[in-house]
Formats: sequence, C-alpha cells, structure tokens
Amino acid sequence: MKTFDYIRPATVSDAIAAAAEPGAVYLAAGTNLLDLMKGGVTRPDRLVDVTRLSGLDRIERLPDGGVRIGAMVRNADLAHDMDFARAYPAVAEALLSGASAQLRNAATVGGNLLQRTRCGYFYDTASACNKREPGAGCAARDGENKLHAVLGWSEACIATHPSDFCVPLTALDAVVEIEGRSGRREVALEAFHRLPGDTPERESVLAPGDLIVALRLPSEARGFSAHARYLKVRERTSYAFAVVSAAACVRIEHGTIREARLALGGVAAKPWRARAAEEVLAGVRPDPAIYRKAARAALADAKPSGDNAFKIELAERIIVRALMLAAAGTPQRIPALPASPFSSVPGVLHDA
Amino acid sequence: MTPEIINLSRDPAHVRHGSNIGQPLTRRDGILKVKGEARYAADNHPPGLLYAVLAVSSIARGRVTFLDVPAAKRHPGVVEVMTPANRPPLAEDPDAKTNPFMFRLDLLQNDKVRYANQSIAVVIAETLEAATEGAALLAPQYDVLPPRIGLDSNESFVPPVVGIGNPSEIRRGDVEADLAAASKRIEATYDTPAQYHNAMEPHAIVAAWDGDRLSVDTPSQGLAMAQGRIAGLFGISPANIHIRSPFLGGGFGSKGFISGPQLLGILAARLVGRPVKLVLRREQMYGPVGHRAPTRQTMRIGVDGDGVLTAIDHHAKTVSSTFDDFFEPAADASHTLYASPAIATSHEAVRVDTGTPLFMRAPGEATGSIVLESAIDEMAFACGMDPLAFRLKNYADVEPISGKPFSSKALRQCYAQGAERFGWAKRPLAPRAMRDEAGLLVGWGMGTATFPALMFQAEARAVVRSDGSGVMETGAHDMGQGAWTAFAQIAADGLGLDLEQVEFKSGTSDLPDAGIAGGSAHTATAGSAIHNAGAAVIAKLADLAMGDKRSPLFGAGNAGVIARGGRLHRRDDETRSESYADILGRAGLSAIEARGNSAADPAAQSNYAMHAHGAVFAEVKVDPDLGQIRVTRMVGAFAAGRVINPRMVQSQLFGGMIWGVSFALHEQAVMDCRSGRILNANLGEYHIPVNADVPSLDVLTVDEHDPHVNALGIKGVGEIGITGSAGAVANAVWHATGVRVRRFPIGIDDLVMGLTA
Ligand SMILES: Cc1cc2nc3c(=O)[nH]c(=O)nc-3n(C[C@H](O)[C@H](O)[C@H](O)COP(=O)(O)OP(=O)(O)OC[C@H]3O[C@@H](n4cnc5c(N)ncnc54)[C@H](O)[C@@H]3O)c2cc1C
Ligand code: SF4
Repeated sequence: MKTFDYIRPATVSDAIAAAAEPGAVYLAAGTNLLDLMKGGVTRPDRLVDVTRLSGLDRIERLPDGGVRIGAMVRNADLAHDMDFARAYPAVAEALLSGASAQLRNAATVGGNLLQRTRCGYFYDTASACNKREPGAGCAARDGENKLHAVLGWSEACIATHPSDFCVPLTALDAVVEIEGRSGRREVALEAFHRLPGDTPERESVLAPGDLIVALRLPSEARGFSAHARYLKVRERTSYAFAVVSAAACVRIEHGTIREARLALGGVAAKPWRARAAEEVLAGVRPDPAIYRKAARAALADAKPSGDNAFKIELAERIIVRALMLAAAGTPQRIPALPASPFSSVPGVLHDA
Repeated sequence: MTPEIINLSRDPAHVRHGSNIGQPLTRRDGILKVKGEARYAADNHPPGLLYAVLAVSSIARGRVTFLDVPAAKRHPGVVEVMTPANRPPLAEDPDAKTNPFMFRLDLLQNDKVRYANQSIAVVIAETLEAATEGAALLAPQYDVLPPRIGLDSNESFVPPVVGIGNPSEIRRGDVEADLAAASKRIEATYDTPAQYHNAMEPHAIVAAWDGDRLSVDTPSQGLAMAQGRIAGLFGISPANIHIRSPFLGGGFGSKGFISGPQLLGILAARLVGRPVKLVLRREQMYGPVGHRAPTRQTMRIGVDGDGVLTAIDHHAKTVSSTFDDFFEPAADASHTLYASPAIATSHEAVRVDTGTPLFMRAPGEATGSIVLESAIDEMAFACGMDPLAFRLKNYADVEPISGKPFSSKALRQCYAQGAERFGWAKRPLAPRAMRDEAGLLVGWGMGTATFPALMFQAEARAVVRSDGSGVMETGAHDMGQGAWTAFAQIAADGLGLDLEQVEFKSGTSDLPDAGIAGGSAHTATAGSAIHNAGAAVIAKLADLAMGDKRSPLFGAGNAGVIARGGRLHRRDDETRSESYADILGRAGLSAIEARGNSAADPAAQSNYAMHAHGAVFAEVKVDPDLGQIRVTRMVGAFAAGRVINPRMVQSQLFGGMIWGVSFALHEQAVMDCRSGRILNANLGEYHIPVNADVPSLDVLTVDEHDPHVNALGIKGVGEIGITGSAGAVANAVWHATGVRVRRFPIGIDDLVMGLTA
C-alpha cells in the first residue's frame, strides 16, 4: 500500500489547516475511502482523521424546533435516535435501507454525503474516467450503464450519487454546515452536490480543507412526519444500492395535500429534488391519477444515458408508490425491511 | 514446521453409541471455527515469513512490454520482484497438457497476456503493505490487442468433448422427425451469465522450502493431485512435498486443481529462499481460479396430443479460454430426467480472452437444469397442464438417453412429499393469479433436481490398538461440508468402536489418497475406502481370534463375527465375545492395521444409471409495479441414497438451494466487452443471496436404499441442491407475473418493462 501520513488533529481548525494541503483528505469511518485507497482509485498523501474531533458527534434539538446533527454521528445512531426517527421518519428509513448493519454502525453523516459514485469504471483504474482523471473520457458512456443516470448527466459523466440518506434530506431542505479556511458557511444540501457538466471531478461545492461539521434540518421539516416515506428498489432484499429510490413527504390538511416534498435517488449525480412534481401536488386531493401526473412532471427532462430507459419508467412508478405510501401515513415503527417494497407485507413485519 | 494439533471435539452434541452412521452429529470442528481457532492456510506464520502479492494484468489480450521493477524494488520492505526474467526454472512447461485433467497455468512463462487478472509479476516483501505497494509501483505497460469477449466474439466450433470427457453430441431417436410430427412444439433460447468463485476464503498459500523438500499450507479439494502437479512442475518426488489442508473456507470446485497463483507462492519461496505467504485479493479471484462459463441454450421440445414428450433437443453454446479446454456440458442436463423417445444434445463453443472456465458447483448440471426446467414449465403451460402433472406424465422409469434401469430412483416420492409439504395442490394453472394481502404478486414454481452418483478412487488405513482404540487415516478434505464429522462416523462404524474411541486423521498429503472432493462423490468415495479399511482390519482381528483356542470366538468360522463397541461378537451367539484389547494382548501385538480401497464397480456402472434426484418448490413475491422479486419460501425433497449425517446433508442441500436462488435472481459477472475486465469483482456488487433474500427453506430427505452405487449406498448431496432450485425460482417468477424472462439472472429491468400495472 502507498505510504501516507496519518494525522489525528485535536481541533477543527487544526484539521482544516492539515487538510488544506494538496494530497490531503479527511478520513471519517473510511468505509468508502479505504476501499478507494485499496483499489488505487484515490492515492492520498495524508489522511486527516476527523473521527476524534470533539463536539461533532451530537444530535441537538435547536431552539427553533430544527435539529442539528454533528458530522461524526454514525448512521445507525442517528437512525435509532427515537426523537429523530419520530420527527424525520423518512430519513431514518432511508438510513436503515442503506448498506449493512455493520457499515451503518461505522459510517458517518459527513462521509455518507461525500461517498463517491458506484460507477464500476470509476473503480476500475484501467478504464477511462473523467471523474477520476479529468479529460480521460467516460468508459461508461458506451459501456455497462444499466444503472447510470437519467437526469442531469452530461457527455462527460453519467454517474449517479448512491446515497440513500441524502434523498429525504434533500426533500426536507437540509442544510450543510461547512467550516473552512475562510470561516463557517452554510449550503442547502440541494445545492451541495454538483451536476457533472464538463467537470465531473468536482462533485460538491467544498473547497480544499472544507470540513462538514454538521447537517441541519429546519423545523418545518417536522411538519411532514405523519406522511413521510422512503422507497428503494434494489436487486436484493438484503443490501444493495438503489436502482432508483424516492422520498415522498406530504402535509395533508382536511383531506388535501397542502405541501409535498419529493426527491429521487439513483437517477443523477446528486440527490434529485423534484420541484415540478411538488407543484403538481400542492393543493390537490391525494389520488393516484395526480401522483402519476406528478411523476411525469418529475421525469419530464429525463433521458436515458445508455441501456437504462427502464429507470425512467421505474422512477415514475416509484414516485407514485412512494406518494401512496406517504399519503397512507407513516407506519408506527420503521418496517423490518426499511424502504423495501416488501415491507408492507403482513406477516413479515418483524421488529427492526 | 511443527505438525498442527487440531483439537476436534471427540464428543459433539447428540453422540449416539452403537451405529454412528445416520446420526445428526454436530460438526466436530464447529467450536474451533466459532472461536476462530481453526487454522486456515493463511493463518500460518512460520518464522522468517515474507509476503507475496500478485501484480495482475489489466488487459485481456496482448503482451507486457514494461514493468518498473526498479521502482518496486526501491520501495522500503520490498525484497524481490519475480517476473519472467528471474522466475526459477520449472521441470515442466506450464502450458504442457499431458492429460485432460491437467489445466494450463500462468506461471510467468513469458510476457503474453491471455486474460484480465492474469499474474504478470509477484512482489515479495517483509510486509503485506510493502508488497502491495510494490505491485502497484510496477506500473505495467502493454501491447494491447482487442479482446474477444462474449458468446458472439469469435468463430464457433464443436468441441471434441464437454465436461469430463463426455461426447459433445448425443442423439437418440430422430428428433427432427418427432419435432415435425409433434402436436405442440416450443422453441426458446435462454442466456446464463458468467459466474465467478467467491468462496469466503480466497486461494491462499504458505510455502516453505528446505532444500528439495517443500512444505505447503493451502486449501485443496484434491491433495494427491496437487501433490502430483507440484512434483511434476518442480521435478521433485511427491514424497518430498507435504501439504496441509485441514480446513477449506469453501471450495466449490475452485480448489480442485492447484491454481496458478498458489504455485506462484511456491515459486516465490523458492526464489527468495524464505517461507512466503500469498493470498489472493477478492478481485484477483476473477480470472485465474476457474469460473462458470456463460451459455446460450436453445431448447426445442415436442409433445403429442396427450402431453407426452416426443422430442427434446437441447443445444448449448458456451466459451472456453483461448489456451485451454473446458466446455460447460450444459445440454447433458437433458439426458436423464424426462422420458422422450427422441433426445438430442449438442454443444458449440467459442474461444474468448478470459481465464479458463472450470468446475463450479454442478458444472453443466446447474446451467443446463435452469434451462431445461424453464422449458418444461413452458411446455406444461402450453399443454394446459399443471407442471407437476406434466413431469409425472413424462417420468422416466429408465434413463432416457441410455435405456438403462436406475440403480434406485425415489423421485416420485420426492415429488409427492415435496408437493404435499409445499401445498402445491392449491396452485392455480394460470400465471398472475395469486396476490397476497398487500397486493404483491405471488407465484409458485417447481423444478426437478438431479445429479449423477459418481465414484472415484480412494484409499484409507485403519489401525486397532492394543488399548482398544482405533485410528483411521485418509487425506480427505473438509470444505465446510463436514468431512471431519461424517468420515469419523463411518470410521467408527467400520471399526466397531464408539466415536470417541476413534482418532480420525485427515487433511494432509502424507495420508492415503482420499481422492478428490468433487463431483459430489467425496463421502461415497473416501467413505467407502474408510468402510473397507475398517472391514479389513476387523477381518484380521477376527482371524486372530477365531484361530486361537483361548478365544471365546475360536472356531466361529462360517458363522463369522460382528464388531461392536470395541468387541467382536459371534454372529450366531452374541453372548460369546472378546474385546479388541484382549485379542491383541494375547497375540502380543501393540496394534494391527489394514488398508481399504474404493473405486466404482464396473459391472454396476455398465448395468445401471446412477443418479440422485429431488423436487424443489419455490414461492416468490413480485411487486406488480416495481418488479422487485423476493423468494419467500422453498421446499426441496431429495433422494440421495444413504444419509451419513442428516445435519450435514441438510446444510449441503440448503446451500445448494440458496445457490439456485442466486443463479435465478442474483449472480453474474458484469463484464466490459471492450476491455475484458469485470466491473463488479467485489462482494458488495457481485450479488449473492443472504438471509433476507431467502426467508424460509425446508429440506426433506426421502429414504432410498441403493445396493449398487457403492457398499454404503451413498449418492452424494454436494451439488444437487442447485439443480431444480434455480428453475423452480425462475418458474415461480413467471407464475407470479406472466412474464417469461429467458435471461438469467432475472432482474428488475427485465420485469419493469414487461409488467403493466
Ligand atoms: C458494501 C457497501 C454497501 C453500501 N451500501 C450503501 C447503500 O445501500 N446506500 C448508501 O447510501 N450507502 C451505501 N454504502 C456507502 C456508505 O453509506 C458510505 O461508505 C458511508 O456513508 C461513508 O461514510 P464514512 O464515514 O465511512 O466515510 P469515509 O469513507 O471516511 O469518507 C467518505 C468521503 O467523505 C469525506 N469526508 C468524510 N467526512 C467528512 C467531513 N466531515 N467533511 C468533509 N469530508 C468528509 C472523506 O474525505 C471521503 O472522501 C455502502 C458502502 C459499502 C462499502
Ligand atoms: S460515468 Fe462518470 S464516473 Fe463513470 S466512467 Fe464515466 S466519468 Fe467516470
């Protein structure tokens, strides 16, 4: 293995200074980063371990009713936090549908946001990949691309962002708190990841040294807790990345949808907020016909990037189903098979 | 190296004295494994050990033109880099093939690259990390030629033989005429993908030379063959080679022949003059250790007006590598199951730039079975018949391809008992006719399982000691299937001792050859040798006693004796008995020994068709809009001759059925056809089913007494579980959805477009 420096700074400012150097990267739980290093996909000179920074592992209720989640909170700890799961059930469900129990116990909030694509060519260092090596070309464009993007892709890159967690977060207007050399700033999660354009190597708005310190969900997001679901279609009931997923959250008053939030996963280089669909749903009575209309609006700009036209059809159907599930109401408990089409089957509902 | 002491438990749970065979003893190595104390090959660290890491090719065809050896050697900790330039000489060309069981190896014999992930250099270092980085620093350059990947990438030809020497084409009756005359015909083409070995334990070796003597820790399904192969390549006597393989972390055929990377570990140790450990990385398994070849199979079947099969034509196209021959005998699956006056099976192949495909659990049987069972299901529906009724109507009372009677065949009972347990009678004929309470589509499918009952050759040595205890020795292989336990049970019965009185020695190459652990024949083969060795030593003891006037057994003569509980009893008067200790003591012997052999009985082989059978029933649920599939229930009923240990048999059958689910729904190598590289060479994305994917399995074993297969009546259960199961799941998906997918594994993309809500 390539030799690299490993440092474990004591303070956030030390961490930022150490990580601003060329060749340095942050190490959180390493569930993605170490795989990339072992495969030679990334070859950093310096790892800045941020898991021991104090104060980044808390889940805090804010005075305005929102919640602030430290970047080092583990995926499993967040999902199993009772208050959090009750207030943001779709987020908890999404977290529990990702990876495996062992990985969730380790993986951090910050790392989940910044996990890299699962495009096989990105991991195969002998393949051309603009994301790995700008200007090299995109082997996926004419290759095995059944699971690639149908929205927001460019000729330079057709990869998707694989996170489940980010999908409901985007729907619920989560905000990323970033600390960098020039101080602290905030970016809406929806604007945090970048579409590939001509620069697929630039995946987020972070500058060198920028550290995610926390994630915030605003108090309005609680308003959806009674009707919020995440639905993930995957090739195995056990763990697999989403083929397509959707988070649907609605606020229903007097039998009418007052406000809807909808986002898709597995379709683009970022978690995809479907604002056009939300508009279709605002102020209407819950009804599958309207859901279908909303779904078509969400996918209006979609086009296959290869052998994946089925994902467009699938995404529409997932939206319809996710809205039906959300309208039916958040279940009392997170289902034993979180976010699974099979979670609603009576008789297989065990405790999570 | 000091010999390893293996603390197997002498009294597993559920010990029963008397007859040990048939008892569900727990694995004697179970506690060791749970505690992490079972020493696998890679757990060995002899003093002075160095670590070797393979550098593998990223191209599939061409030549290595440059390796930055100086850069690798400069890296701290790197001791040596082995390339074609300095690889120690071999006594035999790795590309020589003097018998069909000898597969060509990549041992750095030249700069040619013939598949992606082929070894092109070995870096040897003081640490694993240094060797790993050294391998990365080699930064190879290549002359690249366009690889030929996939079933249509090269000229097709008819292989001379398929599988292990089976004819490539077999015809019985006139298929074309019977198809033309059939009242119903179906013709359909199915695709099965390449699958790669992913045993939990990757191939690993610790090799140490002492002059011309070689000590090796490595997992092996064929110790004697590995020993012979190493001896040939290095020009040393097999007696100088000591291989230890007490436990395998799974083999599934990939450890049947010693692989190139394992031999490179031995070469590396030779080069540096120190012990070397080499362990494949997960992604390095995708090339040099064999895999299941992709196939495209066309079935044409015809029936008469009563739904009686009149013709089966099964054609399989497959691949082999450009440099060696192994042809997945997929079409042979149609030889034995369904009665038909006309049967034709044939194969064609293309050569592609991948590693040589080899044996992978049920090679040919699994690939052929999912296709045959799908086609039978399609025909049953075309005839408007229940799939079980259709199979019963076409039940084969003699082996269809040969006309021979079966040595035993309890398939009818398997059908009946499996169907009963599953509740098959309630199945509606029409597809898409069942839903659960949540609106999910429910489908029921079935498949017939079959696997030949094979016998290889083995030897065992039995000893009875003057303290009344016994020893049984044979170099058998525990791949996790329970050999340490099942063979000890056979040994104890063979020696007429309780289990704790028997020391069973196994898993090393200095013991008698137990044959290969493959073809589902290990228990039958090595078990028969153990049984015969036991009988031989008991016969010697009996001779001692019966010829000695002082023995209560004197003159038992024709009546004979039986051995039980450490004593010989007169068969005609069990009150007259004598202990082994007394017999040996009086004879002044400290021990008595005998050997036993086993081999197939040629007369029985030519008179009978010998196969295990089974019937598998599966339930799946499918989301009607989203196309996601889940297997919710499977029942398998199997008849496989005598069961030595029901617990081990059940877990073999479970494992096979789970692989059937994998075959139908999950497993495939995603290959980039332009580069010949596999894009999902990791366990995150090479999908196999785990607990959540297989909620409920039920296995029944049907009693079957077979006097012909071997002395113990064992047929073997290692592979049969995949056959039938894969087709049952695929047929259940069709029954749930009405969508017939003929490309495996069946995926969401296949169903989304087919399902209209
Ligand atoms: C087999 C497998 C299956 C998986 N399945 C799923 C799945 O189904 N769904 C899903 O959503 N995910 C899945 N994952 C991905 C998993 O969620 C991520 O690996 C994990 O969330 C990453 O978190 P980490 O703390 O380990 O990050 P690391 O691996 O440590 O870091 C990931 C990246 O984030 C950067 N980083 C980490 N923390 C910060 C910070 N605070 N500020 C700035 N940069 C930071 C690192 O530099 C690195 O680039 C799977 C992973 C594996 C290995
Ligand atoms: S899709 Fe993006 S990540 Fe994949 S190969 Fe193309 S550029 Fe690289």
